[in-house]
Amino acid sequence: MDAKRKRNYTLNAVLVGVLGLFLFWANGHLDGYKIQIMNLIAVNIILALSLNLIYGFTGLFSLGHAGFMAIGAYTCSLLIMTPVQKEMLFILDPCMWPFSVMQAPFVVAVIAGGLMAALFGVIIGLPVLRLGGDYLGIATLGFAEIIRVFANNLQPVTNGALGFKGIPDFSNLWWNYGWCLVTLFVIVRLVNSNFGNVLKSIRDDEVAARAMGVNTFKYKLTSFTIGSFFAGVGGALLASLLTTIDPKMFLFILTFNVLMIVVAGGLGSITGTVLGGIVITVLLEWLRFVENPLTLGNFEIPGVPGMRMVVFSLSLLFIILYKREGIMGMREFSWDWLFGLFRKRGEA
Amino acid sequence: MSERAVVLETRDLTMRFGGLTAAHKFSIQIQEGRIVGLIGPNGAGKTTCFNMITGFYKPTEGSVLFNGQDITGWSPYKVCSAGIARTFQNIRLFRNETVLQNVMIGAHLRQKTTWWHALFSLPSFWKEEREVREKAMGLLEEVGLEKLACEKASSLPYGAQRRLEIARALATEPSFLLLDEPAAGMNPHETQDLMRFVKDIRDKFKLTILLIEHDMKVVMGICEHIWVLDYGVTICEGAPEVIQADPKVIEAYLGEEAVKDA
Repeated sequence: MDAKRKRNYTLNAVLVGVLGLFLFWANGHLDGYKIQIMNLIAVNIILALSLNLIYGFTGLFSLGHAGFMAIGAYTCSLLIMTPVQKEMLFILDPCMWPFSVMQAPFVVAVIAGGLMAALFGVIIGLPVLRLGGDYLGIATLGFAEIIRVFANNLQPVTNGALGFKGIPDFSNLWWNYGWCLVTLFVIVRLVNSNFGNVLKSIRDDEVAARAMGVNTFKYKLTSFTIGSFFAGVGGALLASLLTTIDPKMFLFILTFNVLMIVVAGGLGSITGTVLGGIVITVLLEWLRFVENPLTLGNFEIPGVPGMRMVVFSLSLLFIILYKREGIMGMREFSWDWLFGLFRKRGEA
Repeated sequence: MSERAVVLETRDLTMRFGGLTAAHKFSIQIQEGRIVGLIGPNGAGKTTCFNMITGFYKPTEGSVLFNGQDITGWSPYKVCSAGIARTFQNIRLFRNETVLQNVMIGAHLRQKTTWWHALFSLPSFWKEEREVREKAMGLLEEVGLEKLACEKASSLPYGAQRRLEIARALATEPSFLLLDEPAAGMNPHETQDLMRFVKDIRDKFKLTILLIEHDMKVVMGICEHIWVLDYGVTICEGAPEVIQADPKVIEAYLGEEAVKDA
């Protein structure tokens, strides 16, 4: 048992090392566009993992992810922009004190973004998590819209519809994948502990969970808050990655993208979420060709902007109709499983 | 039958759903270490009484006392941590989890470490996690499911699911156990096993057990005291022999003619 655990730790460390080498290589050899996609993969995995904790493992149908991301993004941006920058940016009304003079290093800013999102997670969760099923989805969706409308109108803090431009681009492969690993570590630890078992019990049968002495509300709130923390972290990294944010960015479509990754990867599977994050992010870029004018023999199809979202909606429909459990279902990759596979082959 | 301390007492528990009175002035006293039964025809309000005791329903009137403490209207998880565990009529396992995980979830109630202990990988966390696992395995051995520990709960045969549900309830370390139709859907042989099993766990875990059951063999075989419900009203109580001879009980179960013929 202990030997196995030691082996798994070693293999995990090796895997992280390989990832590090790959990132090092990518930093030097890949062009900016490809690096940007790799960054997006990391951020999307963070976001999808946090939603999977809330929806896939605890069974809380939450559509408020864009809201938490917005909170994280705005908090982080306000902290990493210099006071001079903020003074130039806020052209209608000057930036409100203390936001105008606050500044913090990137790590602190990202954590602050996460904590702020988590705080809102608690505030929203307290009333909303008493709802179940679809009602919770609608309530959290409404909350995300409220955040967006606030961002649009709270001019002295968020610069209104203009948003922020020129956010320092501290976010790079190292930061993004570092945070991605932290998220992965935290969520794997939680899900594999008995705490994770309890979360899954709430998802499977809430009535039975309560009969087994589980304070379901407390656990739901904890899961929701941890999920919103990482959504905030993801939003913060995204803000620094794109260097520009405005309220329009945090429309429902953003939640939808994350939800698509989670569902395509498999609700309740961490491995699935990681795979889904890679596949969907790459596809989102690759499918841009359907938006370009296309020549098929004698026919010329004019480019339709937004066409890839049509393709995506269709593919999501197909997933729901024919492969509801997604890529991985609830299965997980593990070293034990991999070695078991070899052993079986060896015996055969 | 010697007198022992009363563990659970209900006083005039009444539950009304709109115009329907599902339970009316339900009053019982259960002594420590006994196996007692609650019977009655379908729709008599037996499960309603269970739900009131375990906190799933808030009784319209009356009170529930557990070890002298008033637990009326407590939420189910609090009732459970006070030491009352239950099973369900229509088995409610955590279907996507393994057999072992199901029991571990029950054991979670007495676990002291919380989620952030897991993040920092504290030694106390690993120790307790291991203890929980061992405790769950021990309980599975108790109910004879240790070989199926890694199977998905939903893949178990029916009888094993029932036993798993009891193991899960035992993992919460109760002193009082409510079993809702534990023998439902079992064949005579399995029923025999179950009766022995219920008595065993009573002795081993020092439990007091209240069970709802339709199978008269089970009820008459293991219960020391029985309450009979019909349309929410307690029509009779007493030892099994008393119940069997009571014309009111026969009437409730078989109809008026049966009483005349007898």
